[in-house]
Amino acid sequence: MPLENKDILDMASLSVPEINLILDTAESMREISERPIKKVPALRGKTVVLFFYEPSTRTRLSFDIAAKRLSADSIALTASMSSLEKGETLLDTAKNIEAMRPDVVVLRHAYSGAPHFLASRIKASVINAGDGTHAHPSQALLDMLTIRQHKGRLEGLKVAIVGDITHSRVARSNTVGLTKMGAQIVLAGPPTMMPKGIETLGARVARNVEEALSDADVIMMLRIQKERQKRFTMASEREYSRHFGLNRQRVALAKKDVVIMHPGPINRGIEIAADVADGPYSIILDQVTNGVAVRMALLYLVLGGGRHGDSD
Amino acid sequence: MAILIRGARLIDPGRMDRTGDVLIDNGRIAAVQDAYTHPAHLEGLEVIAADGLWLTPGLIDLHVHFREPGQEHKETIHSGSRAAAAGGFTAVCTMPNTNPVNDDPAVTALILSKAKEAGLVRVYPVAAISKGLKGEQLVDFGELKTAGAIGVSDDGRPVMNSQLMRRALEYAAGFGLMVISHSEDLDLAEGGAMNEGAVATRMGLGGIPNAAESVMVARDIALAGLTGASVHIAHVSTRESVAAIRRGKEEGIAVTAETAPHYLFLTDTAVEDYNTNAKMNPPLRSNQDREAIRQALADGTLDAIATDHAPHSIMEKEVEFDRAANGILGLETSLPLGLKLVREGVLSIETLIERMATAPARILGLETGIRVGLPADVTLIDPKKEFTVQADIFHSKSRNTPFEGWTLQGRAVLTVMGGRITYRG
Ligand SMILES: [Zn+2]
Repeated sequence: MPLENKDILDMASLSVPEINLILDTAESMREISERPIKKVPALRGKTVVLFFYEPSTRTRLSFDIAAKRLSADSIALTASMSSLEKGETLLDTAKNIEAMRPDVVVLRHAYSGAPHFLASRIKASVINAGDGTHAHPSQALLDMLTIRQHKGRLEGLKVAIVGDITHSRVARSNTVGLTKMGAQIVLAGPPTMMPKGIETLGARVARNVEEALSDADVIMMLRIQKERQKRFTMASEREYSRHFGLNRQRVALAKKDVVIMHPGPINRGIEIAADVADGPYSIILDQVTNGVAVRMALLYLVLGGGRHGDSD
Repeated sequence: MAILIRGARLIDPGRMDRTGDVLIDNGRIAAVQDAYTHPAHLEGLEVIAADGLWLTPGLIDLHVHFREPGQEHKETIHSGSRAAAAGGFTAVCTMPNTNPVNDDPAVTALILSKAKEAGLVRVYPVAAISKGLKGEQLVDFGELKTAGAIGVSDDGRPVMNSQLMRRALEYAAGFGLMVISHSEDLDLAEGGAMNEGAVATRMGLGGIPNAAESVMVARDIALAGLTGASVHIAHVSTRESVAAIRRGKEEGIAVTAETAPHYLFLTDTAVEDYNTNAKMNPPLRSNQDREAIRQALADGTLDAIATDHAPHSIMEKEVEFDRAANGILGLETSLPLGLKLVREGVLSIETLIERMATAPARILGLETGIRVGLPADVTLIDPKKEFTVQADIFHSKSRNTPFEGWTLQGRAVLTVMGGRITYRG
């Protein structure tokens, strides 16, 4: 079963069968990563451009490893290497990228909608590696894979997402994706960080963190980005951690077998207490491992892998 | 040259709605009669058969950006004038946010001389309130009035300093200049690229709340009350602003207001897919706002339709949504969209012409109408003519319209300004 669109732009444009296909493919990709020789020739001769307008070592590395394990040639362009600083526009960049005839462009961009812009102007597949505060589909998919691995399902789970929802593309993509898969999303955080109309994505907004955490199967803590809190959205870090951070007392409100996730990098002691981040409920490192598997699956599938007739 | 327009329905809001002939001679309306029989002395008389067409006072747009001087790649006074004439307009007010800013009599004079050279539409320059639109120092209103400015505004930017706004209202009133308020609280709007709400949240775009506009509308009405001066509110987009204007009028404060066609037809869902041709300031709002704006235009709380014609080239629009320039074209779609409101039953045709011609003239202190002796500024409309909006064939230099592909019915087929035909469709 192929994917409907040439691009992976956000969770809203993926169907339930497509999400299942991606997660199932990622399971088999994870198996490759556990072999002594972690490389298959699936994408030999294919070119993957990793275009990162925003610094993100983790995500870039994860896509890079994913491309290499599938034997694709990956080229990383960062904003400093590109002509961005010389005033080149995204439209110019699109034309230049197109001239290089890549097969996939993985784009990370500070502005929401930039991957949509690029995708409608080039023939290659575009995978959104995070755009502004809009979407981060590969992160949501790796989170879903990690949850599925630990819980055996997504349907019927209560997932609490806590923190700065306004600035979080991870929260948006997880809300859209997990809701589609039948999970129940509850959001919590300071009211100054809760965007208007977020319920229309399918989430419920809790009155406080405690309410969101009670009986949760999954807790997802978001990184608090101090540099984003310019417009009076936050008082002190101490206050934040006390009222909105995750500590052992709050974990106890959740189900006994709760799992704790974080998209990283963690501010230990602010949004999550150190003993919780490193404690028994934490599956943060599984998220990292699954990141590579999901990105392998995405590269493989956008390049037509898994299509009837050419998969064997 | 004389022109005889025969058999049109003559619509002069509040004064006349009948079928008849109109003779234009020497730049003025020379006769309005049931059936004009032309005397021999009118040599070269052009007779226009106008059965089934509507003749109205020339349309006036209180709010346009012609980009000259400084951004001639987007529009010039000449190309903007052509777009205006093609849209049925005989007069426009140009906003001061050019480069250099129109805060100097030399800039006002330049605009007027270019407009005269083009000779297609009466251009009434609006000068700046503050030097360089910086909100720091009052401009020499007296000098600008002498040079030909009709009013003042920092449009493109609000006057954030309330004391400066108060003084501007007082000082302008002394010179008989109108003050136009671009009502926006910059702190509330900061970081916003579209209307605050569910659509912005889904798209991950920063939101501009309704209150960013309405708190400033309320402030400027309060300042008009304080000073006894009059204020005109530009491009009203929210229901809360409408409520504030309604209250101000009830209290007898001299407030007038305009809205733009896009606030009457579109909502923030037009931005979906990151459509930069639906990006403007103030932004497209909710359906509730659109309904309130329609109601307010019908009941007269909003006095006029003005386009906020804001040309931008592809360089400013073919970019990431956050980086795209604010503003869309308006002159060549405003009348057809207005006629759509009439067909939808929102306004009568008489009210539409009042909002697009008579009221703007009143706000500017101009005399207009289809009456013997008045300057011959008239628009002939074919209410049946159907067409598809195609930015490619606009007279404007730019192409940024959210109405591309819309099928509309009714448009100007002849525009006459000062007795000269400035557009023939
Ligand atoms: Zn304005």
